[in-house]
Amino acid sequence: MSTVQFTLNGQSVEAPAGRSIFNIAKDLGIAIPHLCHKEGLAPDGNCRACVVEVEGERTLAPSCCRNPSPGMQVRTDSERAVNSQKMVLELLLADLPEQGHKWLDDRIEAPHGELSQWAEHCGVQVRPQLAALKRDAVPADLSHPAMAVNLDACIQCNRCERACRDLQVNDVIGLAFRGAHTQVVFDLADPMGGSSCVGCGECVQACPTGALMPKSHMGPQKVDREVDSVCPFCGVGCLVTYQIKDEKIISVQGREGPANEGRLCVKGRFGMDYIHSPDRITKPLVRKAGVAKDLSLIDGHTDWREVFREATWEEALTQATQPLNKLRQQHGPKSLAGFGSAKGSNEEAYLFQKLVRTGFGSNNVDHCTRLCHASSVAALLEGVGSGAVSNPVRDVEYSDLILVIGSNPTSNHPVAATWMKNAAQRGTRIVLADPRITDIGRHSWRTLQFKADTDVALLNAMLHVIVTENLCNEKFLSERADNVAELKAHVQAYTPEAMSVVCGIPADTIREVARAYASAKAAMILWGMGVSQHVHGTDNVRCLIALASITGQIGRPGTGLHPLRGQNNVQGASDAGLIPMMYPNYQSVSDKSAHDWFEKFWGTPLDDQPGYTVVEIMQKALAPESDPHKVRGMYIMGENPAMSDPDLNHARHALASLQQLVVQDIFLTETAWLADVVLPASAWPEKVGTVSNTDRTVQMGRQAVQPPGDAKPDLWILQQIAARLGLNWDYAGEHEGVAQVYEEMRQAMAPAIGGIDWARLNAGSVTYPCVSAEDPGQPIVFHDHFPTQDGRVWLVPAEVISANEQPDADYPLVLITGRQLEHWHTGSMTRRAAVLDALEPAATASMHGNDLQRLGLQAGQYVRIASRRGQVLLQLRQDDGTPLGTVFIPFAYQEAAANLLTNSALDPFGKIPEFKYCAVRVEADLAPQD
Amino acid sequence: MQNNPINEIHIGLNSLREQLRQPRTQLKGRQVMPAARAELQALIGLPPPDGHRRDLLIEHLHALNDHFHGLFERHIVALAAEMRLPVVEVFEVASFYHHFQVLKDDEIAPRITVRVCDSLSCSLAGSDTLLRQLQNDLLDIKVVPVPCLGRCEQAPAAQVGQQAVAQATLQVVSQRVAAQQTEPNLLPQALRLAAYRQAGGYQLALQVAAGLKDHESVIQCLESSGLRGLGGAGFPAGRKWRIVRNQPGPRLMAVNIDEGEPGTFKDRTCLEADPHRFLEGVLIAASVVGCDAVYIYLRDEYHEARVLLTEELAALQLNPPYALPHIELRRGAGAYICGEESAMIESIEGKRGEPRMRPPYIAEVGLFGRPTLEHNFETLFWVRELIEQGADSFASHGRHGRQGLRRFSVSGRVRQPGVKLAPAGITLRELVDEYCGGMAEGHTLYAYLPGGASGGILPARLADVPLDFDTLHPHGCFIGSAAVMVLSESDSAREAALNVMRFFAHESCGQCTPCRVGTDKAAQLMASKVWDADTLQDLAQVMGDASICGLGQAAPNPIRCVLNYFPHEVGVSA
Repeated sequence: MSTVQFTLNGQSVEAPAGRSIFNIAKDLGIAIPHLCHKEGLAPDGNCRACVVEVEGERTLAPSCCRNPSPGMQVRTDSERAVNSQKMVLELLLADLPEQGHKWLDDRIEAPHGELSQWAEHCGVQVRPQLAALKRDAVPADLSHPAMAVNLDACIQCNRCERACRDLQVNDVIGLAFRGAHTQVVFDLADPMGGSSCVGCGECVQACPTGALMPKSHMGPQKVDREVDSVCPFCGVGCLVTYQIKDEKIISVQGREGPANEGRLCVKGRFGMDYIHSPDRITKPLVRKAGVAKDLSLIDGHTDWREVFREATWEEALTQATQPLNKLRQQHGPKSLAGFGSAKGSNEEAYLFQKLVRTGFGSNNVDHCTRLCHASSVAALLEGVGSGAVSNPVRDVEYSDLILVIGSNPTSNHPVAATWMKNAAQRGTRIVLADPRITDIGRHSWRTLQFKADTDVALLNAMLHVIVTENLCNEKFLSERADNVAELKAHVQAYTPEAMSVVCGIPADTIREVARAYASAKAAMILWGMGVSQHVHGTDNVRCLIALASITGQIGRPGTGLHPLRGQNNVQGASDAGLIPMMYPNYQSVSDKSAHDWFEKFWGTPLDDQPGYTVVEIMQKALAPESDPHKVRGMYIMGENPAMSDPDLNHARHALASLQQLVVQDIFLTETAWLADVVLPASAWPEKVGTVSNTDRTVQMGRQAVQPPGDAKPDLWILQQIAARLGLNWDYAGEHEGVAQVYEEMRQAMAPAIGGIDWARLNAGSVTYPCVSAEDPGQPIVFHDHFPTQDGRVWLVPAEVISANEQPDADYPLVLITGRQLEHWHTGSMTRRAAVLDALEPAATASMHGNDLQRLGLQAGQYVRIASRRGQVLLQLRQDDGTPLGTVFIPFAYQEAAANLLTNSALDPFGKIPEFKYCAVRVEADLAPQD
Repeated sequence: MQNNPINEIHIGLNSLREQLRQPRTQLKGRQVMPAARAELQALIGLPPPDGHRRDLLIEHLHALNDHFHGLFERHIVALAAEMRLPVVEVFEVASFYHHFQVLKDDEIAPRITVRVCDSLSCSLAGSDTLLRQLQNDLLDIKVVPVPCLGRCEQAPAAQVGQQAVAQATLQVVSQRVAAQQTEPNLLPQALRLAAYRQAGGYQLALQVAAGLKDHESVIQCLESSGLRGLGGAGFPAGRKWRIVRNQPGPRLMAVNIDEGEPGTFKDRTCLEADPHRFLEGVLIAASVVGCDAVYIYLRDEYHEARVLLTEELAALQLNPPYALPHIELRRGAGAYICGEESAMIESIEGKRGEPRMRPPYIAEVGLFGRPTLEHNFETLFWVRELIEQGADSFASHGRHGRQGLRRFSVSGRVRQPGVKLAPAGITLRELVDEYCGGMAEGHTLYAYLPGGASGGILPARLADVPLDFDTLHPHGCFIGSAAVMVLSESDSAREAALNVMRFFAHESCGQCTPCRVGTDKAAQLMASKVWDADTLQDLAQVMGDASICGLGQAAPNPIRCVLNYFPHEVGVSA
């Protein structure tokens, strides 16, 4: 590394070349006042508080923006430099209000955050002559539910703008007007709450003076304690710091983590108060005798006391387990099933599947991975031998081109999307391929709005172009791929011209994108549920694997395959064996050596047949009495199939028909209403455990507050249930023996996480595979081989298959379901978070403006949307990104549950239902009366 | 049945509660209105295959602003969508420039806007009174005070729409408004392409381009002539060409005709008379330095010059002497700061005119990130003559030990204001007496501003200091663009200083604290009869030492000059 020799405050200094004077001074312990400069943001040099004197220069230089040159004589402490530093602080302070919004600790006399701090440091006080010229007061903008905008405390340092635009690329904040009128604005100087703001709060985290503040944490900044943890929402795995006061989490700060570098989204930053909701279950509940499992209870209009009574833990656990034991004795192990959760920790997932396998005695254990990436995992296991991502999201930094297909990352993986947008800012070409044009479209080089359900047609046409134009990476194919000839032959028929008619993308565009992908130095594919939730979901992913393989776009930085995982621990829960056909670490239950190993490891006989999957279990619950595999009792931990399953009327009916349903959750979910026993569990910030994010990074979640009332950590409940099922477990140590559970899991998953012990996780995040204490972890895999039998990728040609249900005269429109930014999954958490609820308070169905006009409908009006399976009543929203002939409904709203409409047809390989396509009709209706 | 007020309140609250639970009917933020998009497309066309060019944002805003007499928010939203830019990015730019008026969608755009110059020379000529009269009289149109229109010799100057009005009076302006005369005046006296060519024009450029004239000799000629940048900074022109020529290609050229320094009107005067002499200078510079493209940035106040230059550039491009480099004419939008070289580059890129931090210098990293040769108009205007006449002929001029010729823009209390081509180093007294017919009738020299608003204020006793680069530094002043404004015993230095400080506050880009806050506070303190000298000195120091660009750094000059030379005017002991 080259260095620069120069003189700083009379001392000769040797510093790394390219480092700013400010940073060099900081390294040496020399404090220079600064306001517009913040680590992580590009230096801007506008506040001028950090000016220093450079010998021979006419004016002072901003130390944050200036690197020393050899021999330069710099003084941070000369009279001239200090005069300007202090005068800048005085000028800024002179304009700020008496009462500020961000007090240092609880000191009202230091009300302006970093400005007060530096003023105190430098002994600056505002002289009366300047105080008399204080600028006019500006009214506060309190229009946003989460954030207060008090521009009276703004110093125009534009940290918020850089946070909004350079980091998050949400592009809402700017500095408008000029001179003394320069003002932070949202869009067209709109109120923040009415602007395009997505509420990530990066601006709040960046603001030095309190002009932008979280409403929950104004004024005194002192808190009782801070706890480092990881966000409980999506699969990105952002690290957070909870700030706790009076046993409440009052605010959340983004923390430096491998996936987020301090960034958060609206859910992570402002959505944590669900844990303090009055709806929390705080006592075990037992269904009152004689109260039928009526599906109308799910509407939530009934007082829970009419259905349940409170019970002691002892009674509830007995009531929970005795019927399960009985059913197992009477009807055999297959009569029971368990759903774990991708929201829980690795340790919970591991123990849950162990409980089902060793306590129930079958492999009837699954979780919502079945509903999101089961098809992706099926195709990946078949093709590359591993169901996880090949490269982390942040590898997009090294990509020339990224193909985002069937994914709405700005809503569903908002912080991951920021890295994609950052890449686009630097010139990476984003290709968005999706029937819906979402926010990422604005950052895309090409947008392929293909017809829903025609993924294979589009992708095969791209493969055709690459094969027929000799754009294949033949070296890669000959060294590392199998079944190449079959694939090449298969795609011959899929000309762009022919497929263009099917998928609606012009042939030339298909060609252009295919060529760009194939010829990119590094190209990466990221996808979401839009790819996986089809009856041809596995085929869709087979095409993506083929695309990456024939071009050799895998095994290097900036390439590869990344199915974006939806839940905070869907990766970890799957890894831990919370799936019916695999033991921990994807070891097949029917593989004899794996089976034997686990029988020995757990010291008990195990079922060697795969269990049933989520939707199959619902079907088995309604099987005739004669079916030996009829499911009669279930234990559901943290999952909400009465909202998340397709064709809800059917699924709810199935749940209601169970003889015994035990639900362990933090709220009385739609599923819990149908339970016999409800066990009050702990929310994520109330317990300790690890989670694995979409990048395969294992991270530690820590306890911030106690669970409310008699609610208990899930690990405790699991062990209590296990004991009553006759299992002899003994996990000692604090937090219900969580470290011991992890240690056991580590042994069972040695090829993945063998090198990551508990102490290492406590110290920081580690990405697996990581096989030894010395192994730093491998964020990028498949460098030189695939973890398949022969080490080569297996290419599988895919045929064009249509969706299970097509629109017709009665149901002329297509329904696409999905998520939206503010609400996570079935809404049980986020709809109880005040800010998120305020931002998206009610169910909507989105349609294109032209469709609204064509059907004589207006945005805002109520419509009844019906499919062959059910109907919902909700309001219309105009979203011109929605394709014509299509309706989009988020599935988080119990009062208009989208899954009442969806089709439970399954992909034959992944057993994932077709959430992304069914036929509906839309009719104007009146607002519900109540 | 009687109305029950309590019930009404209840109903009101319930509906409010219901309203609060209403989901949005559209996506977040403002959505494009199809009609607004169509109106926009009619003006700027459909996006080309690879999208609209980002750097043309200001041009597109002009198209809207000219057509609708303002920028309606719906059009800003549509423009952002068409250009695939964030709405806020368009609004930031639109709200930065004074000539863009952002209007709410339900506002009514002014039919005509009358601009009255309130800078120093026009103020001396009674622009305040004119402004008041117009504002009282022309109730149905918009009348606004504006900083220097670059017509100080015609003070008080005004503009009706895009039409300049010299020696404006209530009567003349009212007549033009009534007749809706808002188009730029014609410039019949300008030397057009055919005439310029007939007189030997573009022969030199052709020789240089064809390599018949050695490039090195051209640079040497500039160097030995001592020609310095005439925009105000005075960087030696030949050295600049050499530096940029040695940068890796592609290199660009940017020409600064953002003649905004109050008191300066030489560039306009020359451009309106002889546009091709300037363009030939541009072509020679582009050939010698090897610039692939030239961007000419013209201040938006110069509508007449823009029409002329647009026509003549088109004529030249239609009938070029040789394969010309790519040349684009860009329109400013009412921002003095864009005369600062890096702010101008930002503006050409379609952004807010905020000066860049240096290093890197724009010769290395300039327009679109490329090495850039940036010149003031007049510097290029000299090139042909210098090369044709030889360096010596230029260098042979000069007085009091100085070399060369300067164009002084003289205004204020002199008998014959105007652009005066005079020897460098001439004194103010000589300039007024020999070139301006002496002081105006009944006026005695009291003070003068040697370099526009930025160059400071000198008392009459220093009227014998040679006027040139570097000579005024010992007196706390500089010559800048050689805009000389002359004050008489009937004027006050304090008023002049206040006028220019208000100008700086008005024109500060607002980027850095010392200038944004300093100019504003200083203007307030300077309005006081008795100045708070200590605070003003502290402000002067932080502005001069710590501002990003020349605007803020020079802004304290009037403060210091008044405290030094005219303390009696502000109740301060000398």
